Amino acid sequence: MVSAVFHSPLAARPEPVEAPARVLTNATPVAAVTTPAKPVPATRQPFDWRGLWLAVLPPILGLGLLVGLWALVSITTASSIPSPAETFNQAVVIFSDPFYRKGPNDQGVGWNILMSLERVALGFGLAAAVGIPAGFMIGRFEFLSRMFNPLISLLRPVSPLAWLPIGLLVFKGANPAAIWTIFICSIWPMVINTAVGVQRVPQDYMNVARVLNLSEWKIVTKILFPAVLPYMLTGVRLAVGTAWLVIVAAEMLTGGVGIGFWVWDEWNNLNVKNIIIAIFVIGLVGLILEYVLIKVATAFTFEEVKN
Amino acid sequence: MSDNLTTKYIEIQGVEQTFKTKRGPFCALQNVNLTVAKGEFVALIGHSGCGKSTLLNLIAGLTTPTHGSLICANREIAGPGPDRAVVFQNHSLLPWLTCFENVYLAVERVFGAANKTTGANAESKPQLKARTDAALAMVGLTAAAQKRPGEISGGMKQRVGIARALCMEPRVLLLDEPFGALDALTRAKLQDELLAIVAATQSTVVMVTHDVDEAVLLSDKIVMMTNGPSATIGEVLSVELERPRNRVELAESTQYLHYRKAVIDFLYTRQAHVEKAA
Repeated sequence: MVSAVFHSPLAARPEPVEAPARVLTNATPVAAVTTPAKPVPATRQPFDWRGLWLAVLPPILGLGLLVGLWALVSITTASSIPSPAETFNQAVVIFSDPFYRKGPNDQGVGWNILMSLERVALGFGLAAAVGIPAGFMIGRFEFLSRMFNPLISLLRPVSPLAWLPIGLLVFKGANPAAIWTIFICSIWPMVINTAVGVQRVPQDYMNVARVLNLSEWKIVTKILFPAVLPYMLTGVRLAVGTAWLVIVAAEMLTGGVGIGFWVWDEWNNLNVKNIIIAIFVIGLVGLILEYVLIKVATAFTFEEVKN
Repeated sequence: MSDNLTTKYIEIQGVEQTFKTKRGPFCALQNVNLTVAKGEFVALIGHSGCGKSTLLNLIAGLTTPTHGSLICANREIAGPGPDRAVVFQNHSLLPWLTCFENVYLAVERVFGAANKTTGANAESKPQLKARTDAALAMVGLTAAAQKRPGEISGGMKQRVGIARALCMEPRVLLLDEPFGALDALTRAKLQDELLAIVAATQSTVVMVTHDVDEAVLLSDKIVMMTNGPSATIGEVLSVELERPRNRVELAESTQYLHYRKAVIDFLYTRQAHVEKAA
């Protein structure tokens, strides 16, 4: 406290001291004389250790906490839950050959992931093809909005898995039924977000369109679509996230090749190590999907008009 | 006929504007009559909420009056159109387009297709680009043409808005508090630029403002509006200062001070703004 009172730039100037030392100890000339400072070149920037610590240490600690808890559980349950080390060794084995095929029910983890991603892509793609134009129409025309909003409110809270039997019945196959489930669960966020985006296009932009008397095509391509894009991409992100959540459950029920089926199959084999590996893989793929879509979304978000 | 058109280029007759609100109808404007001659610069001034912008939107055709008629160049104003270009208060540039593209959108709309009323043919792409470049050069933004609105200052954005309006070669230029959101120095600079541009293009201009100096400096006629609701035109003041006008010289001119006082007297003595008890 006292040092802060006495401290002045003039007092600090004659002695070239290390930057932290100057702030802390160089309060009075006496202190500066009694502690002769080592000459340090002033131009060299000290390495930002603090920033590095903050960037690296907390995530490592978090991961360490997870692994520690896991090891603790493993010990207390007498290894019915495999230990982290065992699981890691198993993962090394599995990922050394992710793309083998030994019959329809025994394929590498790579194939399982790819099959799941394919189903998500198909179901999600169909949902985007239907949901985004539908969202535009619902947002643009109040009549349609009033017509479909009750339907959406009714159907949206239904768990997508409840639709699986309908899919099995209609499509008479496990694979189309799983895709159908993905379609149903990912269409709602896209319809709703696109519609909200269209309704929230700033009136100023529409006034510009009216004063310039732009054609409907120009309004859609130059104003509506770019203005709605950020909302739409949020819908897409939510949809992909939900789809990736749902595919695991759907595949558990339908079977075939896929990451969800793999989890269930390993449970039947009582191979808990592989289940834990699957959990990490599912998490990682979901993380990557989310990250990519966030990057896309920020690239297409522009500054709004400030009122 | 042509003489009639020069003195009554825009004619507003008995206009009334009522908005439907949750608390019942709200009368914003009542019994508004005004004529604007060709090439005239008219400023609409009044306290906030007096319906200045409402009147401007009516001339722009963005809204239609409840009663009365608005005529521009012998035609009833039926809707918005590029012949009555608007510079919006908040610039309203499209943030995903560059400055060039924002202006080009307007140029392309007006000159990119054959015009039936004037008989002009569609212009080629290089011609359209040249028009866009010229409009940006007029407001001194050639260097910023490829920048997006988010990357330039507020004054520059407003200049792009002016360029977008002027590039259409409109019959009437409508300015809705164009400099309201700018700092005083930038505002003065843009006012001077606007004076020069209007002198060069001989445009007919209607400008909404709440700045007394701006109104006196720029306009030929100041339309002072009474307080709302049911606002109307309280007084019209002809500003007979010689052009070109110079703000530094005018600062000492007794004539200028006389006009300035007349407006201030109207705004603060006769129409002193009383906040309504809610």
